[in-house]
Amino acid sequence: MSLASSVAPASPRVGVASHPWVRFGVRRLGRLLVSMWVLVTASFLMIHLIPGDPVRAALGPTAPASLVAAKRAEMGLDDPILVQYWHYLQHLFTGDLGTSIVSQLPVSEIVSQRLPATLQLALLAFVVAVLVAVPVGVLMGVLTRRGHGRRTELAFTTTSVVLGIIPDFLVGVGLVYVFGVHLGWLPVAGDDTPSAYVLPVLSLAIGPAAILSRIIRVEMVTVLEADFVRTARAKRLPARTVYLGHALPNALTASLTIGGLILGSMVAGTVLVENVFAWPGLGSTIVSSILNKDYQVVQAVVIVYGASVLVVNTLVDVALAVLDPRSMIRED
Amino acid sequence: MSDLRFEDVTVEYGATRAVDGVSLTVPAGEVVGLVGESGSGKSTLARAAVGLAPVAGGRITLAGAPVPSRGRHRPLQMVFQDPYSSLDPRMSIGESIAEAIPPGSSRAARKAEVERLLELVHLDPARAGARPSELSGGQRQRVALARALAGRPAVVIADEITSALDVSIQGAVLNLVRELQRELGLSMLFISHNLAVVRYVATHVAVMRDGRIVEEGPTAEVLARPDHDYTRELLAAVPGRHHETRSPR
Amino acid sequence: MVPMRRWMNVFRSPLGLAATALTAVVLVLAVVAPILWTDDADATDTSNILAGPSGDHWAGTDNLGRDIFFRTLVATRLSVELALAATVIAVVAGLLLGTAAFLLGRRLGRVVTASINIAVAFPGILLALFFAVIFGVGATGAVLAIGLAGAPGFGRLTQTLVAGIESRDYIAAARVAGVGRVRILFRHVLPNIAEPLVVNTTISAGGALLAFAGLSFLGLGVQQPQYDWGRLLFDGISSIYVNPASALAPGTAVLLAGLAFNLFGESVAKALGVSVVGRLPVLPAMAATLDEDEAQVAATGHAAGELVLDVRDLEVTFPGPGGPVRPVRGVTFAVRRGEAVGVVGESGSGKSLTALAVSRLVGDPGRVDAARLELLGTDLRAGDDKAQRQFLGTSLAMVFQDPMTSFNPTQRMGRQLAEVATHHQGMDRRSALARAVDRLRAVRITEPERRAHQYPHEFSGGMRQRAMIGMGLMGSPALIIADEPTTALDVTVQQQVLDLLASIRAADDVALVLISHDVTVVGEVCDRVMVMYAGRIVEDLPAADLATGARHPYTRALVAAVPDMDTDLDAPLATIPGRPVDPSEVPAGCAYAARCPLASARCTTEEPALVTDGAGRRVACWHAGEAIDLVVPAPREEVEAS
Repeated sequence: MSLASSVAPASPRVGVASHPWVRFGVRRLGRLLVSMWVLVTASFLMIHLIPGDPVRAALGPTAPASLVAAKRAEMGLDDPILVQYWHYLQHLFTGDLGTSIVSQLPVSEIVSQRLPATLQLALLAFVVAVLVAVPVGVLMGVLTRRGHGRRTELAFTTTSVVLGIIPDFLVGVGLVYVFGVHLGWLPVAGDDTPSAYVLPVLSLAIGPAAILSRIIRVEMVTVLEADFVRTARAKRLPARTVYLGHALPNALTASLTIGGLILGSMVAGTVLVENVFAWPGLGSTIVSSILNKDYQVVQAVVIVYGASVLVVNTLVDVALAVLDPRSMIRED
Repeated sequence: MSDLRFEDVTVEYGATRAVDGVSLTVPAGEVVGLVGESGSGKSTLARAAVGLAPVAGGRITLAGAPVPSRGRHRPLQMVFQDPYSSLDPRMSIGESIAEAIPPGSSRAARKAEVERLLELVHLDPARAGARPSELSGGQRQRVALARALAGRPAVVIADEITSALDVSIQGAVLNLVRELQRELGLSMLFISHNLAVVRYVATHVAVMRDGRIVEEGPTAEVLARPDHDYTRELLAAVPGRHHETRSPR
Repeated sequence: MVPMRRWMNVFRSPLGLAATALTAVVLVLAVVAPILWTDDADATDTSNILAGPSGDHWAGTDNLGRDIFFRTLVATRLSVELALAATVIAVVAGLLLGTAAFLLGRRLGRVVTASINIAVAFPGILLALFFAVIFGVGATGAVLAIGLAGAPGFGRLTQTLVAGIESRDYIAAARVAGVGRVRILFRHVLPNIAEPLVVNTTISAGGALLAFAGLSFLGLGVQQPQYDWGRLLFDGISSIYVNPASALAPGTAVLLAGLAFNLFGESVAKALGVSVVGRLPVLPAMAATLDEDEAQVAATGHAAGELVLDVRDLEVTFPGPGGPVRPVRGVTFAVRRGEAVGVVGESGSGKSLTALAVSRLVGDPGRVDAARLELLGTDLRAGDDKAQRQFLGTSLAMVFQDPMTSFNPTQRMGRQLAEVATHHQGMDRRSALARAVDRLRAVRITEPERRAHQYPHEFSGGMRQRAMIGMGLMGSPALIIADEPTTALDVTVQQQVLDLLASIRAADDVALVLISHDVTVVGEVCDRVMVMYAGRIVEDLPAADLATGARHPYTRALVAAVPDMDTDLDAPLATIPGRPVDPSEVPAGCAYAARCPLASARCTTEEPALVTDGAGRRVACWHAGEAIDLVVPAPREEVEAS
């Protein structure tokens, strides 16, 4: 009997292209580029899908027809649509996002002014959510494994479901009332002092932290049932090693995909929270721009938000591939 | 005669060639066993025959004509490995069988046909209204056989139909396969990884490896005097035959 | 289970009951509130502008002096209507998207799938803003925006559910039978995914309600003079310092309603056992009793130093809905040094649990009891201290059925083996890894240095199983317990693993307990075979006697039911009517009596004891060795209702 037949089957294609990392990288990059293209195209089409004349809508019914016509010509809206699309892509590549029809400022300037505040808010909230969710989820997973602690499980699940459902802006309103209006402890607007960060970050972090901790708990409970945890126990490793060495990395890997989606939605969640706290970020910009029909700005902000989400998702996939090499293959 | 013929059949999934130029004939009224290990392409070949896998090259014919993969009359039927997933949990077993009866007969005729088929596989026709969840694995596999027969097939393909069953139930299903073959003159392509099972039901056997058929012939002959090394290796690996040949190390 | 009864489960939990009641209140208010209180809500009281809560105005008034409490109640209808409209759009569009891949076939389906994948990457609020720009600010625009923003998510859910059903063989069977795709969709696919779809629709309605409030809150949704909760909140937040209730009243309303729909959906999901998108189902209810095993000190000494394993009256008990279930009911056996003992039985016979119980791996809430449980003379019933762990970690090796899942997928192979040495043998990392490489070589893995740096998924199934054996050899085991070690492997690979086990046994005089459903495998490898049925050993005999010398009718049927390479081709195979015993419903008397051709009245009332004969063979049967006509003509089997 030959041992050769039991050697892991070789991949049918050889060469660099068959290396799993290369194939993963190419595929993932391809997906990112396609998604980016869809995003950019959608934001381009947005203006053209709006019923009526966007320039007329922005300048108002009282604006003279000559001004509207001049503006249209300036924005190139009278060119054939494909030419417009081509220019749009060209400008985008050179970082030219157009000019705000309302403030007359370059859109790129508005975005670069406003973006840092939004990123700060989203990242801080994500860090807080993860720092809370991981230990809580792991602890709850260990405490409620295999039908242990039924009451703890019920209390935890109920609390986390409820906290997870409450939308961030309602949390914000509640926090404003309690800590701003009623107790008067913390500022409820702006980003001037460190204490001004507390409420916005909390409003954004509480829901995702609840959802994430619940997912981590379930993953932990599931992983603790897995065959390889039984193997670890059969090796007679101490409980600490079984939980933290074998179960936790796998539970976190499994939670990472959803964690990434949550981070993505936190970036977008800033839109509402910023409007509760008058936070000087992109979220308050996009809403006022929509109401002012300042479509150039809206387009740019949609692209920035969408692109951040896509980049976050890609990073999560890469992290997942590093932590769990099987995930590269699974995507095939 | 309605022979099932595979002529130089190739099936590809992306860059991998699952079946690579296979030619095989299932003569009318015979049971042909197809043995091989996981990944040998035996199930893919079966799925290609009934139109569940795309054929990249060659042709599959029944009585000289291509096997129809459209329309309601399907002269080639298949029984699957897992009896727990091959019956719709929301349909009664009678409905599942009736669905496979070619259209055009009256309601009463269909009901009678379902009863006849249940009787044929040794199940109580009165329980045609039972849900699959009320049946054991072996009973479900018999329902699956009855459903395959409902299409009045010329050939039935059985894909590992006993490997998901408990040993005490396997025997009953194998007996039924032999009985159906004898009484109805059914032709069958019987796929299994288990040489002993194939030996028991099949008159001819083909050995498949890496998408190719490496050896075929009458079962008794192939098992007694294997030509190909791989067939010999498979035979040597059958448990329970080594008390004499293998010296303890 | 009867559908009605499952639905009743919704009301079992306090949360489910509260959610149901709250949902009902919201729906009733949506109908009656505008009829009863529209006039109160629209009445302006200019003398009472922006007033705080009072007896007249429970939640104060707005900037026109209108009563906020009544406005909140009246707004229920519009809020719910808009949310439902958006949900309908999301569900219809999502269903179309989600089933498109199934209906359109492979190539077009892939395009649809890819589009859904791109769309779901963007958060709902972003999609909603995008559509809100296109459809314009206002209620209609917001309904379309939220509906379309929800469509990709619902499409993905539908698609996942459809794919789950599509891979089932009954879909393939229907296709082979010539049933068309549309017909399959309506007959087989949709009925089987209806429950999760309905549940998720309810949850989406809750989500839509909250999302709508969000858009209106941003000023992009409902415009004056219409008002929904979000609009009231938008107006109220600006005067939160003057009259907090103007923001809190609509905020509370939207929160309660959103929670009600969501929690109602979740409770239904839980009651029906349906999983929810992005939210995972909780562990199935297991009423756990968590007593630690009370380790009674065994008074009896042990004499036979020959014995590696000595087990007496082993029982494993699990709590069940109808009282404790005992899948292992009093198992007694011993294994001598270097001996290979097979354990055979069908699924549910308790053979695997016996192995886990012996090796102290039965987890909560299972409970293991035994009159004696000794490995090399050491009582294993004592607690789980460091010394005990070290002892078991080095003298007992385990091999499990599925080599695919039995290794930690995120750790390199070498490290997983080395861990045993670092923990139990006090080795440093480097020498432990060297030992691991050495052990991989010992189990005939080629290029062990390179292989030690690979992950489990880079190994083939047979290699993984050999590596698992190598892991057991990190110590110096006196006993290997292998639970179906070759079931997941191909025959040629199976033979390599069995050969490896045999050679280790021969080289180091290691005892082997081999658990298998396959009589032929056990017969080949083992000296002695124990046959288990319904949690007990029913026969214990030399492996050489299996074919001709078995005395228990079950053993004899088991051997005769499986064809081997010498089976008589002209005779039908033996069959065993009926089905194996469910551990929660073990009948009185001999558990096998219902399927046994020899059964007499005594068999159904009195359980036969396992009796040892002069030669050390054991059998538990009142009719042991009596002649049976094993070849029964295939009887028509009654379908048992369960």
